[in-house]
Amino acid sequence: MTNLLFERPGKLLSFKDYEQADGFKTLKCVLDKKPQDLIDEIKKAKLLGRGGAGFPVGLKMQFVADESSDIKYIICNADEGEPGTFKDRELLRRNPLKVIEAMIIAAYAIGASKGYLYVRGEYTNIKDHIEAGIKEARQKNYLGPNIMGTGFSFDLEYRSGVGAYICGEETALIESIEGRAGDPRQKPPYTAQKGLFNKPTLVHNVETLVNLLPIMQLGAATYTTYGTEASTGTKLFSVSGFVKNKGVFEVAFGLKLSDLIKNQCQTLEAYDTIKFIQVGGSSGVVLPRDLFDIQLSYEAFKAIGANLGSGAIFVADESICILDFLKATANFFRHESCGKCTPCREGNRHISMILDKISQGQGTDKDLGLLKSTCEVMKSASFCGLGQTAPTAILSVIKYFKDELQAHIGGQCYTGACSMKGGDLHV
Amino acid sequence: MYKITINGRQASFDQAISILDAAKKMGIKIPTLCYHPDLKVKGNCRVCIVEVEGLQPLQAACLTKISDGMVIHTNNKRVRENRRLILELILANHDQTCTTCHSNGVCELQRLTEELNIKANRYDQVLEEEPIMYGNPSIVRDMNKCIKCGRCIQACNDIQEVGAIYNIGRSFEMRMGPAYDFDLSQVKCTYCGQCINVCPVGAIYEKDDIVHVLNAIEDESKHVIAQIAPSIRVSLGEMFGLAPGENVASKLPTLLRNMGFDAVFDTDFTADLTILEEGIEFLDRLENGGVLPMLTSCSPGWINYIEQFYPDLIDHLSTCKSPQQMFGALAKTYYADKIHQAPKDLVVVSFMPCTAKKFEAQRPEMGRNGLPDVDYVLTTRELGNMIKMQGYDLDHIEASDFDAPFGITTGAGLIFGASGGVMEAALRSVYEIVTGQALKEINFTQVRGLTGVKEATIDVGDIQVKVAVTNSLTNAKMILDKIRNKEADYHFVEVMCCPGGCIGGGGQPRPTNNAIRIERIKGIYSAEEKMTLRKSHENPAVKALYEEFLEKPNSDLAHKLLHTHYKNRQK
Amino acid sequence: MITKVETIVEKIGRSDDKLLEILIAVQDTSEFNYLSQASLRAVSQALDISLTRVYGTAEFYSMLSTKKRGKHVIQVCNSAPCHLQNGKEVIRIFQEILGIHMGEITEDGLFSLETVSCIGACDQAPAVRIDKEVYGNLTRSKIFNILADLKRGETHD
Repeated sequence: MTNLLFERPGKLLSFKDYEQADGFKTLKCVLDKKPQDLIDEIKKAKLLGRGGAGFPVGLKMQFVADESSDIKYIICNADEGEPGTFKDRELLRRNPLKVIEAMIIAAYAIGASKGYLYVRGEYTNIKDHIEAGIKEARQKNYLGPNIMGTGFSFDLEYRSGVGAYICGEETALIESIEGRAGDPRQKPPYTAQKGLFNKPTLVHNVETLVNLLPIMQLGAATYTTYGTEASTGTKLFSVSGFVKNKGVFEVAFGLKLSDLIKNQCQTLEAYDTIKFIQVGGSSGVVLPRDLFDIQLSYEAFKAIGANLGSGAIFVADESICILDFLKATANFFRHESCGKCTPCREGNRHISMILDKISQGQGTDKDLGLLKSTCEVMKSASFCGLGQTAPTAILSVIKYFKDELQAHIGGQCYTGACSMKGGDLHV
Repeated sequence: MYKITINGRQASFDQAISILDAAKKMGIKIPTLCYHPDLKVKGNCRVCIVEVEGLQPLQAACLTKISDGMVIHTNNKRVRENRRLILELILANHDQTCTTCHSNGVCELQRLTEELNIKANRYDQVLEEEPIMYGNPSIVRDMNKCIKCGRCIQACNDIQEVGAIYNIGRSFEMRMGPAYDFDLSQVKCTYCGQCINVCPVGAIYEKDDIVHVLNAIEDESKHVIAQIAPSIRVSLGEMFGLAPGENVASKLPTLLRNMGFDAVFDTDFTADLTILEEGIEFLDRLENGGVLPMLTSCSPGWINYIEQFYPDLIDHLSTCKSPQQMFGALAKTYYADKIHQAPKDLVVVSFMPCTAKKFEAQRPEMGRNGLPDVDYVLTTRELGNMIKMQGYDLDHIEASDFDAPFGITTGAGLIFGASGGVMEAALRSVYEIVTGQALKEINFTQVRGLTGVKEATIDVGDIQVKVAVTNSLTNAKMILDKIRNKEADYHFVEVMCCPGGCIGGGGQPRPTNNAIRIERIKGIYSAEEKMTLRKSHENPAVKALYEEFLEKPNSDLAHKLLHTHYKNRQK
Repeated sequence: MITKVETIVEKIGRSDDKLLEILIAVQDTSEFNYLSQASLRAVSQALDISLTRVYGTAEFYSMLSTKKRGKHVIQVCNSAPCHLQNGKEVIRIFQEILGIHMGEITEDGLFSLETVSCIGACDQAPAVRIDKEVYGNLTRSKIFNILADLKRGETHD
């Protein structure tokens, strides 16, 4: 196991402890360098965004750095709403100061003077801890005007999410900070040009930003020795489901999924009882047994037409009905759709209705066809990524678990989870 | 240079315009639904999706700008199938009882299903029936028809900055309406009806009063008279295939008499009267240190606005009633007397481009002895429907004049329908009254047109009168904020609630957009130019009215009948 | 109510973009964890934003409620990881012990029950969020104890 990002699990550092353990030393070093040098180093490190999109971070930062504006913003996206994902929770819980330090470094690189740490509203039990960290950092002149006498000024505000998965999408997040409903905006213009309050804005996931620290500390050359050619460094995988050891695992890219599950996580029952593994959260691909050996990297997933996403890993065994799983997933997207565009607002609802029908033994092949068409129109024509990726799980299941779906249409549920006679499974 | 290919055809453009605009210029039609030329582009409905080579998801043509080398398919199999699914999804959550719908025949969704040859729907109907909201005199909301395009929200929040309605909630429960699913009467709404003008379907429409008017006409004991607003004559024709701006004034008296009205009058008459009353009021304030700037008061949507949002500034309003209400008051006193008709058997029907006037007519202070001065207000749309219902059209109708005495009018009264018209009419009279001299140039073109705020300084004798003309409530708000901050350096401000003035009112034919407003405005001014009398104080019938009845502007009787007071209606 | 809201607005800032922070703070002062009509009207007045826009925006977000809830709001996660690891059973148990259905409030106004999307406690599935705490790895006895403790805490106040 690698450990570039985390403190030892269970140890919550106080500000004093962090400073003593070389906290903010990286910041001190960085402020002596030129901002463009930092961006170049990040580009050399080939860091990819860890929130889900996997976009090259150096490039994204360059876009914002190149903009001239009276004010630029940086937003740390800790709205972690993808089901199965809790890595950012851990990063923030164990050491928010690292996140703060990373934000200041990124701000310096792009010329931002104001930042927002947008943490999902449900994480209220770590809010005070984080805000205390920000306050202390300010007192120690790591934040505020003229940081450590370098002339660089940057301050940071904690913002709470308000309970909307869509606000994990960067433009919806910005809408939320601007006091409105989280309706995504059209891109282009990109947030690098017109973001928060129409100013150049860099939005990055917590994990992405924290990766800046080992890159600065070790240098890009060393950083790239971790991981694969295209996926450098480490990834935090949130593992849940039918395993003995659940939690956040920091893994260098390149490890096989099956190795992670077999060795670190260890299945509850025999490994052979694992039916599917969903990677990337509810919007992620559903892998069948013969794909469990897939390499955990962006390129390996891209090769099968999928996306590593947030790195959530949900392990399900044979007791799980594939339809029950799809219904819970569809339920989630139906509830979280912002409602703005037709395919997602209306499509999610019809998907739930058809899945219900199938799970009650009332489904027909025609329904399956309509389900597929609805998935296609959402994937092709939705306004934003939520609608576009909501059908992913269903499309995976149609591809890899057609038999079980077909069995339900024939009136059979392998696991007995579906009542098959009508009745309320709609929770 | 942007070289693009659409459906195999190439074209070059100087600017990175939207795919929708580029296609239009190339003569290629891309269907749209939530798109509206006067509103910010949203990309919600996804009807205008097209395939752009190199991009996996389909792109909304309205939102996506062209780039050099772009290859676009607007109608291949993938686009057609997805567009069809989108229409079906919309229809699955839409009340499809078109035959009884207020937008039957003018509905944009109806037209789309026809153009795209939608003949079946694979989806189950998911509409959850909601009651139709009838809780106010002006605007009805039928949310079963709403397709969530968002145009009404833009009209209410961006164009008018009123915010009576907004997006509420999320996902499939997302709806458009007032807070708590109230009726409009329970939130701050001005009944301006701009939401109606932009609705592509029949989700919002005016309260239909046609049947009441027809009943009154049938009732032998009732004497039913009509007054026609300035704007009607240059817009009604649109419902009969004529171009916007074409003047059908001469047909209206015959038409309405044929339909059974006992007399047909012209609201332009009381518009002239308003100028006299308001002109004198203004001069009085100017000379005697009254509250300035004085704000016009003939737009009831605007009155609703100031009463609810800026009640502290009510004193700035002219105390004059609107021409509609002045007419009603005179009809039930002066006219009723003249024709020996008991007021209770006199029915006054006004035809207006306006939905707020339905509310105005039923205000308690707009009546006497338990009877309203104006009994019914019908919009231009209702007039058009009423005409069609009875088998009439605008052809084969002989020209005729409006009835006397309330049918003799000047051009100054006519231009009330356009933004700047009231101000121009007032200036024409005020100038001559104060200086005693004839104006060399009676056209004050600097106050005309669609622009939101127009300013001018006119030399009237010794005084430099500073005026402003605004249309749309966003600009009204701006002026009111200026007044509150003591920064309003004007003497007199004309405020019209609706964009473009009354010709852009909430009761006008569908569609009403800025391009059409411009044509209607042109129609008003070109009709006005042809008139013999063009200044209100030269109206012989108005002069006679003062001599016979009112004595002089703002006499006790004039004050009693033609002036009013306002209320603090802040909720 | 107006003074309470004014104080919050003064502290947080009187501008449009602070609407959500203000609504969260106002809801936090409510005993029954919701935004009453009076409070929304006060916010509308304080920020000069139409009541409908304030209401409509509040209705968008799951953490804000315009309907009265319990003194303790029990939010049961129903996303896939929790749902598929006894989530249904947890819901049934809560409903049974409290004697109410999803979306309802107990007669004494103490507890209300609602489902919620993933709260990021998937490694402790099935999980629930009550007030500001997260409780995971729920069993029948755990649930019983949590509710008993909360109830006891109330009677001691």
